[in-house]
Amino acid sequence: MQPSSSPDWAAIERTAEFRALVSAKRAFVVPASLFFVVYYFALPVLVGYWPDLMSTRVIGRINVAYLFALSQFVMAWTLMAAYVRRARAFDRMVDDLIERHGGHRR
Amino acid sequence: MSVSLAMFLGFVLVTLAITYWASRRTGTTTEFYSAGRRITGFQNGWAVAGDYMSAASFLGIAGLIAFYGYDGFMYSVGWLVAYLTVLLLVAEPLRNTGRFTMADVLAFRLRRPVVRMVAALSTLTVSLFYMVAQMVGAGSIVSLLVPGIGFNTAIVAVGLLMLVYVIFGGMLATTWVQIVKAVLLMGGTILLSLLVLSRYHFSILAFFDAVSAVTGSFCADGVARAGVCPDGTAPIVRDFTQPGLYYHGRWGALSLISLGIALIFGTAGLPHILVRFYTVPSAKAARTSVVWAMILIGSFYIMTTFLGFGAATLVGKANIGVASGGRLIPNQNLAAPLLAREVGGEWFLSFVAAIAFATILAVVAGLTIAASAAFAHDIWFSVVKRQREDEREQVLVARITAAVVGMLSIVLAIALRSLNVAFLVGLAFAVAASANVPAILLTLYWRRFNTTGMIAGMLTGLISAVVLIVLGPSVMGVDAPGVAVRHLIQRDPLFPLDNPALVSVPLGFLASVLGTFAGTAEDRDQAPFSELNVRANTGLGSV
Repeated sequence: MQPSSSPDWAAIERTAEFRALVSAKRAFVVPASLFFVVYYFALPVLVGYWPDLMSTRVIGRINVAYLFALSQFVMAWTLMAAYVRRARAFDRMVDDLIERHGGHRR
Repeated sequence: MSVSLAMFLGFVLVTLAITYWASRRTGTTTEFYSAGRRITGFQNGWAVAGDYMSAASFLGIAGLIAFYGYDGFMYSVGWLVAYLTVLLLVAEPLRNTGRFTMADVLAFRLRRPVVRMVAALSTLTVSLFYMVAQMVGAGSIVSLLVPGIGFNTAIVAVGLLMLVYVIFGGMLATTWVQIVKAVLLMGGTILLSLLVLSRYHFSILAFFDAVSAVTGSFCADGVARAGVCPDGTAPIVRDFTQPGLYYHGRWGALSLISLGIALIFGTAGLPHILVRFYTVPSAKAARTSVVWAMILIGSFYIMTTFLGFGAATLVGKANIGVASGGRLIPNQNLAAPLLAREVGGEWFLSFVAAIAFATILAVVAGLTIAASAAFAHDIWFSVVKRQREDEREQVLVARITAAVVGMLSIVLAIALRSLNVAFLVGLAFAVAASANVPAILLTLYWRRFNTTGMIAGMLTGLISAVVLIVLGPSVMGVDAPGVAVRHLIQRDPLFPLDNPALVSVPLGFLASVLGTFAGTAEDRDQAPFSELNVRANTGLGSV
């Protein structure tokens, strides 16, 4: 499974390129995860504790509760698209790192 | 021969042809567990959708919305948002570091057989609970929708077919059965939604006008008798666009939050979903799979609005059930099929019934392969045989395990046929969220995490989730005399929430952290984390 000479993992972990990759990922993933968790739990909290407020009608008989639930789908897809865009930069950083330190990929 | 039987047989013939084709490409462990890692990201996206959208999604949510309005839609939202956890935190590092099972990732740093044993135990528990729920669903749905097929016949048919796919066709056949099912399910749901909207001249506003004319009622505490609540007040009336018809009263909001925790974290710990990411060639392809899965799953769950609300307006809650002795026994699972008959006639009802059958088959096949990999790869090969590789023997063991798991689920489903087993799906999600997710996240992202922490966390999560469900209202409760028994234990529940995630997920994390700090000296080796960290982030050394 492993290449005959296994890379020095600890050494790669200490390289500037690897640290830049991990901090770039963290800079996106941590705020994005916090955001979606807070945005998502706003729905059960609002619907659970303030059902009457959430029943306020906005367009015809369509109310805040339904629109907020629908917005969760938009939020998930938007965040997904943003991640895919950012991940292209991560992929380039990985390619660069492997070229310099990693030898071969498989 | 009825139309639905013909459609069902058509699906069976197509899937058996797929299995025959796949069986000639399934010999090695990589082929059996992971379809040779040659599935593309786009194909895997469809397969993930087919693996994920169970009878609970298709028939269950439609039924909940048809009976309780808006509150049922909460499942739809949670089950999509869950994929952000998978996309951002789990899919790519998992693909980069594991080979066949969830335990591969957990055992990566923590190289002890006990880690694999506990992870495999959790996988088998989650898969078996989930599978029994699906099989009981299959029995009741098929026996209702296809005249002439009884409950036990339906379960045995589902079980045997699923075993043929898995044993002969391995992951390759399972994948294509899931893709075919996802195409059928999406097609059927789009058609059904359009037919519902056509009744309202394709005006969403007119549709919601009709929905808001449907009402339901509840008491703040207890159940109304003869139009009066136990505390003497009149029941509270809400229309179907308003929240509160299902989740209300003292524990309503907390139940909703607890359900949300189980839904959005549980998915990232479902073994049968996680193993799908090993079927693609790279982490990039795993990312593409999640993207396509999110597009499909999200579109489907938005359409549950039309299925559920459509059944509420066009069929009516009072008409959703089975006629028996001059009375109608309510059955939520029939909301979507009866709606299909209302808007499309008998032919469309048959089509929807065939889709329901296909849905269950595809999901149980995925569950069986995840369970057989957990036993054959994690317990047999890694612990019993101490990693002495013997490809043919391991595949044989995996096939035998699949047969045993399949038979066991057939027997359990027949034994539990009369009980309401919907809570088993909730239990599977709760165990996944409470036992598997803390272990996966902390293994991938916390350098100090160690074997003691993982064992403590997984066992605490697993046991607390199971115990709290048994003490909660889905198992404990007093049924009114003269009504069919729905609760296993006829006493008042000791724990107020249906779903234990609000308590058991924090407990799982807490025990993981405390266990880590209590760990022994030999737990302190951090070198394996460096390897995991580099491999998870770069894909170096991945298979």
